Amino acid sequence: MFWRPQTVAASYSGSGVGTVSERLRVNPIACTAHGMCAELLPEFIALDPWGYPIVPDEPVPDDLRGLAARAVAVCPALALMITKGTAEGR
Amino acid sequence: MTVVPTGHHVYPGRGGPGSPRLLAGLAGRHTGGRQVGLHEHERLFGPLPLPLPPERRGGNGASEQRAASRLIDLVERSGLTGRGGAGFPAGRKLRSVAAGRGKAVVVANGSEGEPASHKDRLLLRRAPHLVLDGISLAAFAVGATEAYLVVHGDDGRLVASLLGAVQARKVAGLDQVAINVVGIEHRYVASEQTAIVQWINGGPGLPTFAPPRTHERGVGGRPTAVNNVETLAHIALIARYGSDWFRQAGTPDAPGTALATVTGAITRPGVYEIELGTPIGDLVMRAGGPTEYPQAVLVGGYFGTWLPADVARQARLSGSALRSVRAAMGAGILVVLPESSCGLAETARVVRYLANQGAGQCGPCVFGLPALAKALAALVYRGGSGDGVDQIASLIPLIERRGACRHPDGATQLAASALTAFRDDARMHDLYGPCSGVRRPSLLPIPGAGLAR
Repeated sequence: MFWRPQTVAASYSGSGVGTVSERLRVNPIACTAHGMCAELLPEFIALDPWGYPIVPDEPVPDDLRGLAARAVAVCPALALMITKGTAEGR
Repeated sequence: MTVVPTGHHVYPGRGGPGSPRLLAGLAGRHTGGRQVGLHEHERLFGPLPLPLPPERRGGNGASEQRAASRLIDLVERSGLTGRGGAGFPAGRKLRSVAAGRGKAVVVANGSEGEPASHKDRLLLRRAPHLVLDGISLAAFAVGATEAYLVVHGDDGRLVASLLGAVQARKVAGLDQVAINVVGIEHRYVASEQTAIVQWINGGPGLPTFAPPRTHERGVGGRPTAVNNVETLAHIALIARYGSDWFRQAGTPDAPGTALATVTGAITRPGVYEIELGTPIGDLVMRAGGPTEYPQAVLVGGYFGTWLPADVARQARLSGSALRSVRAAMGAGILVVLPESSCGLAETARVVRYLANQGAGQCGPCVFGLPALAKALAALVYRGGSGDGVDQIASLIPLIERRGACRHPDGATQLAASALTAFRDDARMHDLYGPCSGVRRPSLLPIPGAGLAR
């Protein structure tokens, strides 16, 4: 049996970021409904009737990770963040 | 399932199975009355089981640390869960705070936010030394030198009597921790634990976004154990009599007793100490039975669940048993709704109240709760549109779990359970308009509501 570094195998299986799952979380106190995250990630983030993002509590699909990172970076209220691993609490 | 005897008998002190524990020193209906003083408290329960500090004993602190760890083990083995609403295992909370980085802080939450709850006030008014013992013990367990007892600041008499009780203990040299009595705003969300921590830290009494979590970074950025005052009072007894004694009451998966506030259409409303696992029907009978044919019971308070009377009668008061009927103990509140009342109108008034009581910080709560309150009021007082129920049902997922604290979730839980428990009623309202019950005076207390509906 050959030793094979897991990380190499993993890095080719997805987007090249590794196998750690990433979730988006919104700080609802900071969020002021600019809606830029939903603009960038319409496949993942919907807006409620009042303009606030509805962020699913599930891993960001691999092909959207780049856009998720951009959404975090451009949020004017700095209300969006990425958490790694499993969702802690909610 | 074990059959659990309910406590009808009154013995003083630690008593046998079925006897009161927290309320052992208090006779009768447990409302009003005088405070159990320090001497009487020690006569009833025995001295505070706290080892002497190393400087008074000549030790080096190592044995003290072992004793602290043993106390946490004891609380863990007792199976005590938080009595403030969330029901988190008390021992596990102490352990994680004790393991945190930096000198820990203990906060006792006695700022009962639930308008229908009276148990914490009763405990603080009548048996404050049980709570203060619990604070002292929790502080010892987590190695805290600083503790806070948080109550509503507008209750001047309570604050004064607690300051007196703390002073009496200081004179007796009981506590190894400085206990500060803190008054907070009388507002629903101010009693939420992150709001309390922010208030003690000198900020506004509003919930904050977690992480960081309170048990990691709370008061002064230090690991902080926020416990309900009843939970601490139980710790005061567990430290004296042990975990096996604690488990003699209740069921294996929900051990011990709990305080429950019973109100509504009930002969003797008040605070009762029950064994966990007691069927709601037994408690209602212990409180003298219903004054009118009951229609439903609100279980858990304003963030609780309406159960139809036949379901409620048999439902046992424990976390797992209530979970099976999609309810929770909450802060131990039970409100019996009579047949002549309209459960939907009661719900609409409470949701309106909760909408007004929000911290105003999170969009889904700021916009969602008023929308939900409006949709409920439209169904209750106007009705006849045929889509009122659907409108309410579609708002709920837009609100729940989307705030920084659990405030909005409480309101949606109440509304959702009302649509289930009063399904036929809701349909009649939706199709034909208001019932006669909407004109009945409000059963659930709405603070500051006056005559407004």
